Amino acid sequence: MSRQAYSGIPRWIYAVAVLAALVVVLPLLAMVARVNWANFLPLVTSESALSALGLSLRTSAASTVLCILLGVPLALVLARGRFPLQGLLRSLVLLPLVLPPVVGGIALLYTFGRQGLLGSSLEVLGLQVAFSTTAVVLAQTFVALPFLVVSLEGALRTGGERYEAVAATLGASPGRVFRRVTLPLVLPGLASGAVLSFARSLGEFGATLTFAGSLQGVTRTLPLEIYLQRETDPDAAVALSLVLVAVAVAVVALAYRRPGGHAGRASTQRTTAAAAPVGNAA
Amino acid sequence: MNRIHKLTALLLAVLMAATLAACTGKDDAAANSSGGTLTVFAAASLKTSFTELAKMFEAQHPGTTVTLSFAGSSDLATQINQGAPADVFASADTRNMEILQEAGLVDGEPQIFATNTLAIAVPPGNPAGIRSFPDLAKPGTRLVQCAQQVPCGAAAAVIEQQTGTDLNPVSEENSVTDVLGKVISAEADAGLVYVTDLQSAAGRVEGVAFPEAADAVNSYPAAVLSNSRNSADARAFLELLGSPEGQQVLSDAGFGNGSGLSGST
Repeated sequence: MSRQAYSGIPRWIYAVAVLAALVVVLPLLAMVARVNWANFLPLVTSESALSALGLSLRTSAASTVLCILLGVPLALVLARGRFPLQGLLRSLVLLPLVLPPVVGGIALLYTFGRQGLLGSSLEVLGLQVAFSTTAVVLAQTFVALPFLVVSLEGALRTGGERYEAVAATLGASPGRVFRRVTLPLVLPGLASGAVLSFARSLGEFGATLTFAGSLQGVTRTLPLEIYLQRETDPDAAVALSLVLVAVAVAVVALAYRRPGGHAGRASTQRTTAAAAPVGNAA
Repeated sequence: MNRIHKLTALLLAVLMAATLAACTGKDDAAANSSGGTLTVFAAASLKTSFTELAKMFEAQHPGTTVTLSFAGSSDLATQINQGAPADVFASADTRNMEILQEAGLVDGEPQIFATNTLAIAVPPGNPAGIRSFPDLAKPGTRLVQCAQQVPCGAAAAVIEQQTGTDLNPVSEENSVTDVLGKVISAEADAGLVYVTDLQSAAGRVEGVAFPEAADAVNSYPAAVLSNSRNSADARAFLELLGSPEGQQVLSDAGFGNGSGLSGST
């Protein structure tokens, strides 16, 4: 409260801040202005649109689950573990955040593709990854995993090790400490990380196009459908883009939501702890 | 505080100067364009041949610089529609040219300067043993083609219908270069591409020609744009496209002869 009393912000800063906000908001508004509302419903409920939306939701859910299963141990090891080249591992794991997705797609192609590192072994087992829904999930997991790891690692570091140390001195095994102390403490960080991973998966485009291909109902997710519709039907592309924007707004609201009335003081603290690394990621 | 103030002021000044410089740069380009820059927007499949034609044009018209921009025809049409400064538009299909004609952005009648037909591209050694168009429908064949929304996919659909073949692609790509890429990387057993793509990817893919391709010939129209600031050079470029030397460059790249054809197909 006392901070609000002193407003150390020069007035012209506000002007630039408004400009900055416009850079983000104006293009979105311009797109909304182009929506053909008369045909909006038929456009977003066409067979190909619904198929793409359904596929996007299914694959994003699958890749979010994969991100949680793989990302939680990785974040724990990065936050709590002590081993050589830890910093290097962290940098490598965060690479997909800054890599152009098409580079990720090429890398995945040379890993899981027919002539890739693992592709021929997978082929022997009768598993074909390229051009399958599995390829879409792999591409999404590749780009989304760092979001979960960064969020969770930040929450783990901010949370500290005091409670865990106490639990351990009281005789709890490492497994029990993890389940009963660590996990509940970082749950809000994990939740916001998972939501961000889901959002990143939903928006995945470049790696999917390069690695998985584009076929209705199998690999053509909503961003790919928008890219294709743009060729012949700009109205459909704009309408579907609006659907993705709406989903993104909902996801961001969910990730940065203030704790509700039931949540106590502790929960507020945890959410703040979790929000910090998210800011770093963006 | 004061130091920060000075720093931000400096930053703003630099920003403004940069913006100003950017604007001036644009004006310079505009001034040049009347003095001798010709901007050609051309379909991606024309990259090799138009790069050569541009050199030829510059040699014939000393003092004129040809700037080339290659992308998918519909992307280029959208850019021109949104005010991109271009003098010549060369499209890989008549549809996108018609869109610009309807918008009143085309000066005069478009001229068909080349044609292109589909061919089958297979990885070296042709592992799936593709010999004909119906072979593409063999069970287990991983076929990649263009989506019907893009010209190469529309052409494939015509042939599919006329031959009564039921193709079952594993992927329908947005551009013919994406199809080619999946054949080059051997992810696909076969891809439906243009004859000109086989030429440009020679050594990395093998081609299988099929007679049914003649049923779906894609026409390439070129036109001077009405917003051109250099329509004299633009017209001269169209003349080069129709001239024997121009046609030779295009046929070397695998294109069919466009001269003698007129209007849209």
